Amino acid sequence: MSTAYAQKNGFFAGLWDYLTTVDHKKIAILYLIAGGFFFLVGGIEAMLIRIQLIQPDNEFVSAGLYNQLLTMHGTTMIFLAAMPLIFTLMNIAVPLQIGARDVAFPFLNSLGFWLFFFGGVLLNCSWFMGGAPDAGWTAYAPLSTTSPGHGVDFYVMGLQISGAGTLIGGINFLVTIINMRAPGMTYMRMPLFTWSSLVTSVLILFAFPALTVGLFLMMFDRLFGANFFDPSMGGNHVIWEHLFWIFGHPEVYILVLPLFGLFSDIISTFSKKRLFGYSAMVFATVLIGFLGFMVWAHHMFTTGLGPVANSIFAIATMAIAVPTGIKIFNWLFTMWGGSIRMTVPMLWTVAFIPSFTLGGFGGVMLAAAAADYQYHDTYFVVAHFHYVIVGGVVFGLFAGLTYWWPKMFGTMLNEKMGKLAFWPFFFGFHLTFFIQHFLGLMGMPRRYWKFQPDQGLEIGNLVSTLGAFLMAIGTIIFLINVVITTIKGEKVSGDPWDARTLEWSIPSPPPFYNFTQTPLVRGLDALWVEKRHGNGKMTPAEPLGDIHMPNNSFIPFMMSLGLFIAGFGFIYQVDNSSYLILAVLGMAITLLSMFVRSVKDDLGYHIHKEDLEKGAGSE
Amino acid sequence: MSAEELKQLKPGQSPHEPEKATLEGKNKFLGFWFFLGGETVLFASLFGTYLALKDSNLDGKPAEELFGLELVFIMTMILLTSSLTSVYAIYHMKNLDFQKMQLWMGITVLLGLSFLGLEIFEFYEYVHHDGHTFTSSAFGSAFYTLVGFHGAHVAFGLLWIVTLMVRNARRGLNLYNAPKYYVASLYWHFIDVVWVFIFTVVYLMGKVG
Repeated sequence: MSTAYAQKNGFFAGLWDYLTTVDHKKIAILYLIAGGFFFLVGGIEAMLIRIQLIQPDNEFVSAGLYNQLLTMHGTTMIFLAAMPLIFTLMNIAVPLQIGARDVAFPFLNSLGFWLFFFGGVLLNCSWFMGGAPDAGWTAYAPLSTTSPGHGVDFYVMGLQISGAGTLIGGINFLVTIINMRAPGMTYMRMPLFTWSSLVTSVLILFAFPALTVGLFLMMFDRLFGANFFDPSMGGNHVIWEHLFWIFGHPEVYILVLPLFGLFSDIISTFSKKRLFGYSAMVFATVLIGFLGFMVWAHHMFTTGLGPVANSIFAIATMAIAVPTGIKIFNWLFTMWGGSIRMTVPMLWTVAFIPSFTLGGFGGVMLAAAAADYQYHDTYFVVAHFHYVIVGGVVFGLFAGLTYWWPKMFGTMLNEKMGKLAFWPFFFGFHLTFFIQHFLGLMGMPRRYWKFQPDQGLEIGNLVSTLGAFLMAIGTIIFLINVVITTIKGEKVSGDPWDARTLEWSIPSPPPFYNFTQTPLVRGLDALWVEKRHGNGKMTPAEPLGDIHMPNNSFIPFMMSLGLFIAGFGFIYQVDNSSYLILAVLGMAITLLSMFVRSVKDDLGYHIHKEDLEKGAGSE
Repeated sequence: MSAEELKQLKPGQSPHEPEKATLEGKNKFLGFWFFLGGETVLFASLFGTYLALKDSNLDGKPAEELFGLELVFIMTMILLTSSLTSVYAIYHMKNLDFQKMQLWMGITVLLGLSFLGLEIFEFYEYVHHDGHTFTSSAFGSAFYTLVGFHGAHVAFGLLWIVTLMVRNARRGLNLYNAPKYYVASLYWHFIDVVWVFIFTVVYLMGKVG
């Protein structure tokens, strides 16, 4: 099998390689391309929303289209942009940070990606097939169950398919981190990014099934005549709110926790200091993950659950500020007295701290249940969650992509252009969202198509829209940077940042088997330990030997394609039952692919020791 | 790993725990436990929904008139027994006795099939004699969704175990397929546990409620 890893050339060979790959580094690139694309789509939707709100009584888009835009902006950004971009970072970094050759289930890794991808494509097909979902990203019943057309059906099927992919990814990273760590890589020596990926994976595992059930119930109501959310038939639409937020609240921690970990790694690297309070950081991460499950009803203070429930959830919510505060202070103390290098990843990180803290203050205000009656469904809420999601997640994604870009592509994003992208985005972000707090307090409701003149809302909305344009400019400069960097293609070393963790001990990009010999980890910040107390290189934990690698497979693509086809069948069988054929066909493709996967032995192959010595796979 | 994994294991050989003898096996074992954790949340959500809607029967029969305990008791006993037979199968797997393992897995499948047959009969009776359908009320929707999700899990489990048994009938037990048998039996126990909760929450509490 020594030819199995010979390089094939040509566009179609390359395309086939990516369609069938099970390599975590290539899957990271797939997530980056797909997630980046959906980020731009969601960004364009955001720009259209802001243009509509640039002046009172604007007629830029129609009311119906506006509802579709705001729904798809939220849904796309959360499920199709932020989640996959986080999976980009987890895929590129987690196996390398723990000294593993791949994830625990390479096949499932690929399946997770293709499920997400086809789910996202299915959801966006709605634009061209009679209109996108228009009931908000939260899709509250009965608004969603009575929404005419097929828009919400696309929401249900698209998220169901991509959600399955996320769940699979979560299980995969859990097992990877628990079972695949290199010798010496104890739990309390894991980099914070790996730690937070572990906690995030637990959250994914226990949060997503609630969404699965919620989406099934909505699918049954809309497509098969069930009555879960129809009060006239004995149903109860508060069930949807509960199921959605039992998933939805942990989801926001799923989004931000990996980036908390990333910021910890970046701050430690660019301050040339060991992370301050490492064990407190781990504890805080776990505590945030745990409390994340205890607070879902703070989204439902005005639903009428009663003062006791509201008080309990208010207190639990405020309690989250404690571990988050621990993190903020530990980041500051790590920088304190460090020799700080203001690289682009560090710039985003330093900007993140006050931005996210402001979002956190808004959060504590919203947590006060009595006051929330005033804030609920106003722009104050919009301002709050954009402060935490953009200030936390998007800043983090820019930081993380810049930080690991050399590890992914072997070349470095231009620092000057990176800073040029940062400043307009940073100022634009605060211009856009800070003023929305006040718009909300002045009574401007969220999700409204228009606002009236002469109510003092004009200036605020104008400023907000101008800020949005600055953010767009920042994003465009980032993209230009990516293009220029890729064209130039200047190779960099394995450790261009002079960093501390294991992923920087191997070449950029790494050979497809990652580590020629599994490294021996001798402490926290494994590479830094060797730089200070060793010869700067990792000591191997094993003699040079054959490396076992998994085979590529086209089956994940086919499984996901089957569900994609079946999705259309389920949606359109309401209009004409002959569409059920499509559902049957799609499910048959999926089940048959699963069957083939079950009966075919897939043992992988070995890279032989002799080939390793000749440098197989390293470019 | 690789060809070594496909070597047929015979009684009296080592290892004693073939399902966890390889890294792949260990990963499958742990990953499947996590998967069952997720499944627990899934069924918990369905139970919660059912509890919220169980009295919303509108004009239809309420739970205490609808349910009969005789049939459901027999179904419960059948499924519990099938869990026991799958334990025997894994016991023989640990002794590397492939034929006996297949035999007990086969008995498990037969019990599972009879459970599923009785469940279909039960649903048929509800629909045709009691007018209790998926669309008749929120109670109906919640009942068929919860119990039906479980039934679909049973059906999927049967397909899975039969596929495993047919696929490996000639090749015997090895380090590659031992984890597959093992996680299939874990899955089978899980749907048995879920049924115990359904029996309690849906049927027993339905009769007294």
